[in-house]
Amino acid sequence: MSNTAVYPVSVNNNGKSIWSFLRSEMKPKGKIFTPFNIISFPIMILGLVLIVIRFWKGIGSITNLTQEVPWGLWIGFDVVTGVAFAGGAYVLTFMVYILNMKKYHSLVKVTVLNGFLAYLFYAGALLLDLGRPWHVINPIIGNNFGTSSVLFLVAWHFLLYMIAELIEFSPTIAEWLGARRARKILSSMTLAAVIFGITLSTLHQSGLGALFLMAKEKIHPLWYSEFIPILFFVSSIFAGLSMVIFEGSITNRVFSNQLTEKSHKEHDRILHGLAKICAGTMFAYFFLKVLVFIHGQHWNLINTGYGYWYLLEMIGFVLLPMMLFFYSYRKNNITMIKIASILTLLGIILNRLNISVIGFKWDAAVHYVPSWMEIAVTLAVIFTEIWIFRWVIRRMPVLRESPSWVNEEK
Amino acid sequence: MSLGRRDFMKTLGLVSATLTFGKAKAEQHKNNVEFHGILYDSTRCIGCQSCEFACAEVHNLPEPEDMPEAGVVRKTSEHSRIVINAFDTTKGEVYARQSCMHCNQPACDAACLTQAMHKTEEGPVIWRGDKCMGCRYCMVSCPFEIPKFEYHSANPKIEKCTMCYERIEEGKLPACVENCPAEALMFGTRRELLKEARKRIVENPDLYYDHIYGEQEAGGTGLLCLSPVPFNELGFKTNLQNSSYPELSKGFLYSVPSVFVLWPALLLGIHEATKNNNLKEEENE
Ligand code: SF4
Ligand code: SF4
Repeated sequence: MSNTAVYPVSVNNNGKSIWSFLRSEMKPKGKIFTPFNIISFPIMILGLVLIVIRFWKGIGSITNLTQEVPWGLWIGFDVVTGVAFAGGAYVLTFMVYILNMKKYHSLVKVTVLNGFLAYLFYAGALLLDLGRPWHVINPIIGNNFGTSSVLFLVAWHFLLYMIAELIEFSPTIAEWLGARRARKILSSMTLAAVIFGITLSTLHQSGLGALFLMAKEKIHPLWYSEFIPILFFVSSIFAGLSMVIFEGSITNRVFSNQLTEKSHKEHDRILHGLAKICAGTMFAYFFLKVLVFIHGQHWNLINTGYGYWYLLEMIGFVLLPMMLFFYSYRKNNITMIKIASILTLLGIILNRLNISVIGFKWDAAVHYVPSWMEIAVTLAVIFTEIWIFRWVIRRMPVLRESPSWVNEEK
Repeated sequence: MSLGRRDFMKTLGLVSATLTFGKAKAEQHKNNVEFHGILYDSTRCIGCQSCEFACAEVHNLPEPEDMPEAGVVRKTSEHSRIVINAFDTTKGEVYARQSCMHCNQPACDAACLTQAMHKTEEGPVIWRGDKCMGCRYCMVSCPFEIPKFEYHSANPKIEKCTMCYERIEEGKLPACVENCPAEALMFGTRRELLKEARKRIVENPDLYYDHIYGEQEAGGTGLLCLSPVPFNELGFKTNLQNSSYPELSKGFLYSVPSVFVLWPALLLGIHEATKNNNLKEEENE
C-alpha cells in the first residue's frame, strides 16, 4: 500500500468525507460481464422472486416439505452442512492464536470473513424456513426462554458467534477505513473474541448434532447414535479445514493480483500443513465411527440399500480422502491435497444430509425430495454470499497485506 | 491484551451464567395439581367419529370428510387434530384413536425454543401462537409425529390436540370425551385413569390385551389406551423407548455449563504456554 492512500477517517483525508468514500467504494470494481456474474445474477433474482412467493403463500408453496419431514434442504444443507463448512474459522483461530502456530496467520483474515458470511447467510437462511419469523425475537429478548431446547442453545450461539467473528474481523474493516484508534482498540479484543468463539463453536457444532437426538426412531439406525454431537464436532474440524483448502485455491486464483509472490509460495506450504491436520482428525473420526458402528451392532443392516449407502460414505468419502491427505502430505502433492479436500467436503454433505434429510424417516412411504425451487433459493443464497465476499475482498485488506501504518504503529 | 484476564473471566462467567441453558425442566408439579389425561378404550369404540366432529366444531376446523376404513390409515393433519382408524385384526375389526398423547415429559415441549409448546400443570400439552416461531423442531422431535404445520399459509399455525385446555379451565370436559356416545373416552387424573384401566383389564382378561399403552411409553403419557389386540395391530408405535425423550438430549445439555467454564480457562492456559515459542514455529510442521 502506498502512503498516498486516502482514508476517510484519518486526519489527513484530503477533504474526502466518509460518505463520499463509502459511495465510491459501493461502485463495482472489476468487469461486470464475467461468466460467473452471468450465471449467478439471474439465479439470485429468481431466488428473490421465490422468497417473495414463499412469504406470500406459505412455505409449502415452494418446498416439498411434508408433515413427516418438516426439515429439508434449507436446514439440512444450508444450516447443518453450511455451519460445518464454516468451522474453519474456529479451527484456524485456535491454531494461530491459541497454539501460536504463526505459519497459518496469513489465512486467518480470509477464513474469518468466510466464516462470518457463512453464518450470516446460511444461518440467515434459517429465517426463510421459519413459519412465523416475526416471533424469532421471542427466544432472544428473553420473554420466552425455552432453556431445555437444544435449538435454543444453537440459535443463541449462532448469534453470539457472529458477533465474536465480527470482532475478530473488525481490525480489517478499520484498516479499510483508516481508523487507527479504532483498529487498536478492536484488535486488542481479538484474543477474547477468539476464546469466546472457540468455546461457542465447540458447543454449537456439536449442538447441531444434538438437535437430532430426540428423533431417535426417525433416523436410520446406521446414522443415529447418542454420539452424534461428538461426531459432528470432530468432523467439523476437517470439514472446516477442507473448506479452507478448497476456497483458498479458488480465491488465490481469482484474486491473484491481491497476493504477493511470497504469499503464493507460502500458501502451498500452508496447504501441506493443513493436509496433515485433516488426515489426523479424519483418522480420529473414522475410528470413532467404527466404534459407534460396533457399539450399535448393526451388522445386519449393512447388506441393505442403506447399508451400501453407508459404506459409500464411510469408505469413499472418509477413508479415501483421509488416505489421500496422508499420501499427498508425504509426497507434498498440492493437487492431490485439493482433490482430497473436495472429496472430504462431499463426504460431509453426504453425512449431514444422511442424518437430517435422507435417512430421516427413511421408512416412510413417500420420501422427501427437494423441489427445484428449494435448490434455486439455496443457490441464490450461496451466490449472494460470494458476491458480498468478493465485494469485501476487492476493498479491504483481507488477502493483500495491511496498509503500512499498521506495522508502523506496532 | 488490554482486557485483563480477570475481567475477561468475569464477563465470561456472567455470560455463561445467563446462557447456560443446560437447565433441565423439572416436573411441573406446582400447587399440587395432578396431571390429567384421557383414557381411550378401543374395545368400546364404535368408530362413529362423534369425537372427530365435536373436535372440528370446537376448534373451528373443517368437518372430516372420510370415514374409518380398514386398510386405510388416516392421519391427523393441519385440518384435524384427532382421527379414528379401523384395523382388521386377529379379533376382527377394531377402531383406534390417534391424537396427541400429552406426554408426561413431552419431546415437543423440550424441543421448543420459545416455550410455545407447553406442558401445563394440569397435564394438557398446549400450543401458543403468540410465542411460536414456526421452526418445526417440535415436529422433528415428537416421537408420535403429532404436531402438524400449515404449509400453505402465510401465517401458519401448528395444529395438534390440546385436550381442550380452555374447556378444562372452565370446568368442562374435552369435546371428544363429552360427545362420545359409547363411553370409550374418559377424562380424569392420570392416576385415576390408570387405576380404572387396570381394573378393566383385571375384570375382563379375555376382552383386553394386557397392556396399557401410555403407561410407560415415552416416559408415560396423558392419553392412555386399551385394546383387545396387541397394539402394533392397531398402528400404534411399539418401537418407542420407555424413558422420556427429553432424556436423550439431557446429557448434552448438562455438559454445556462445564464446557463454558472449562474451555476458556483451558484455551487461555494453552495460549499463555505457547506464547513464547515463536522460535519453534517450524516444529509445528
Ligand atoms: S405426543 Fe408429541 S405433540 Fe403430543 S405431547 Fe407428546 S411429544 Fe408433544
Ligand atoms: S414450531 Fe413453534 S411450537 Fe414447534 S418448536 Fe418451533 S417454536 Fe416451538
